[in-house]
Amino acid sequence: MTAPFYVSPEQLMKDRADYARKGIARGRSLVASVYAAGVLLCAENPSRTLRKVSEIYDRIAFAGVGKYNEFDQLRIAGVRAADLKGFAFSRGDVDARALANQYAQMLGQVFTHEMKPMEVEILVAEVAAVPASAVAQGTDQLFHIRYDGTLVDQSDFAVLGGDAEAISERLAAGWNGSADLGAALRTAVGALAGADRSLGAGELEVAVLDRDATRRAFRRIDDDAVTDLLAAE
Amino acid sequence: MPLPLFTAGDDPGPDFASLARRVGVLSSPDLNPGAVPFEVAHGTTCVAVRFADGVVMAGDRRATSGNLISHRHIEKVFPADRHSGVAIAGAAGPAVEMVRLFQLQLEHYEKVEGAPLSLEGKANQLSQMVRNHLPAAMQGFVVVPIFAGFDTSQALGRLYQYDATGGRYEELDFAATGSGSLQASTVIKLGYRIGLGRDETVDLVLRALFEAADEDSATGGPDLIRNIFPVVATITAGGFERVPDDELRGRFEGIIEDLRSDRGGVEGGEVQ
Repeated sequence: MTAPFYVSPEQLMKDRADYARKGIARGRSLVASVYAAGVLLCAENPSRTLRKVSEIYDRIAFAGVGKYNEFDQLRIAGVRAADLKGFAFSRGDVDARALANQYAQMLGQVFTHEMKPMEVEILVAEVAAVPASAVAQGTDQLFHIRYDGTLVDQSDFAVLGGDAEAISERLAAGWNGSADLGAALRTAVGALAGADRSLGAGELEVAVLDRDATRRAFRRIDDDAVTDLLAAE
Repeated sequence: MPLPLFTAGDDPGPDFASLARRVGVLSSPDLNPGAVPFEVAHGTTCVAVRFADGVVMAGDRRATSGNLISHRHIEKVFPADRHSGVAIAGAAGPAVEMVRLFQLQLEHYEKVEGAPLSLEGKANQLSQMVRNHLPAAMQGFVVVPIFAGFDTSQALGRLYQYDATGGRYEELDFAATGSGSLQASTVIKLGYRIGLGRDETVDLVLRALFEAADEDSATGGPDLIRNIFPVVATITAGGFERVPDDELRGRFEGIIEDLRSDRGGVEGGEVQ
């Protein structure tokens, strides 16, 4: 009989984390950024049908990078959780924080107990109804959840994906919470692309959570509008 | 509440009602199939009329229990989603609950699938919900909706009438439901022409509701003292839009003025 090899817990976790990180790094990145009239979600995504950014509830959006089938499963679970909660209680009781916690619990559980961690990083964004002047106080919420269940909340911008550090640095240099949509989009795209690349509307998926919306705040920005916004200076 | 996750073979798909039943948020619709039906009186008038740019839906505001007015400003016309609306007649509790579930069903489908249902698909969904409600209808809690919307694929307004068993009937020009539907649909039938404009259609449905309220005690007329007017909405390519109360007041005053000058047989007056 052969004795099983001993693997230290540290090594086991490190291997899993490496595995998940490698999977995530294979895909392209995504930026969420607060601007004057809401929250901008901008992903590098050449597909027009397989979405990285989508609607969860009235003022809540979802974004994911990594393995599509895994984050799409999480997206649908989020839509279900939000709709069930809104139906059982009231629409006003559905909030991003509770949902982000549920996601974090679930991803943490999968990371430690399942054979394979999920190769995803997700974002739950909620836009506040307060006017743009209060943006600086951080009323919009961006919950960034990693493959191991780590939950980070940000109120200015978030970057998901393999190259997050470099993109974050570039974005931090140009970010301004009271920018209009065009300026916010150009900053986000510039950060995603870096110095030696440029991205056109065809390679981008852009959506916003509109602060002034009366109910469903999520709105996709189509290619023509993205082209116009990128061109305006 | 845990995150609702399902295995691939066990997934409820984009159907919110079955999801809600699975997790126990929604109870199964049948009450007690053996129970003796008891009489529940239903009163309401709701209409939908097709016009050049889409459809106009309207409903009165009165809820009754027996011969009492139980509520003066209940709403019976609701947006179902951006391009469709639903009007209800019947037992208020189950009807409002059905609308809430229907609205959520459409929104849930749109979010899960990433694209909205077709208008035909929405009409069929409502048909299934009315059908599921049949056990309660057999006990007197009938719900009979009208569904209308703007079909974006064909760029035209379409309307659907239902019966208590979930039967779905597409109407071409107009539909009416509730205890005052006979009077209302007669008025619309006489005033209807193909390609009516928005303003003429709104006037026509207001006149229809006015006449229904005049004849049917369970239908409320315009209440100029309390400022309560029917809910009137237009559904066009631009979406579902409520007609504001100020506009309705002006139109009703016009209708009343016309009637006052035209009509004989007023008390104290003489028969000419």
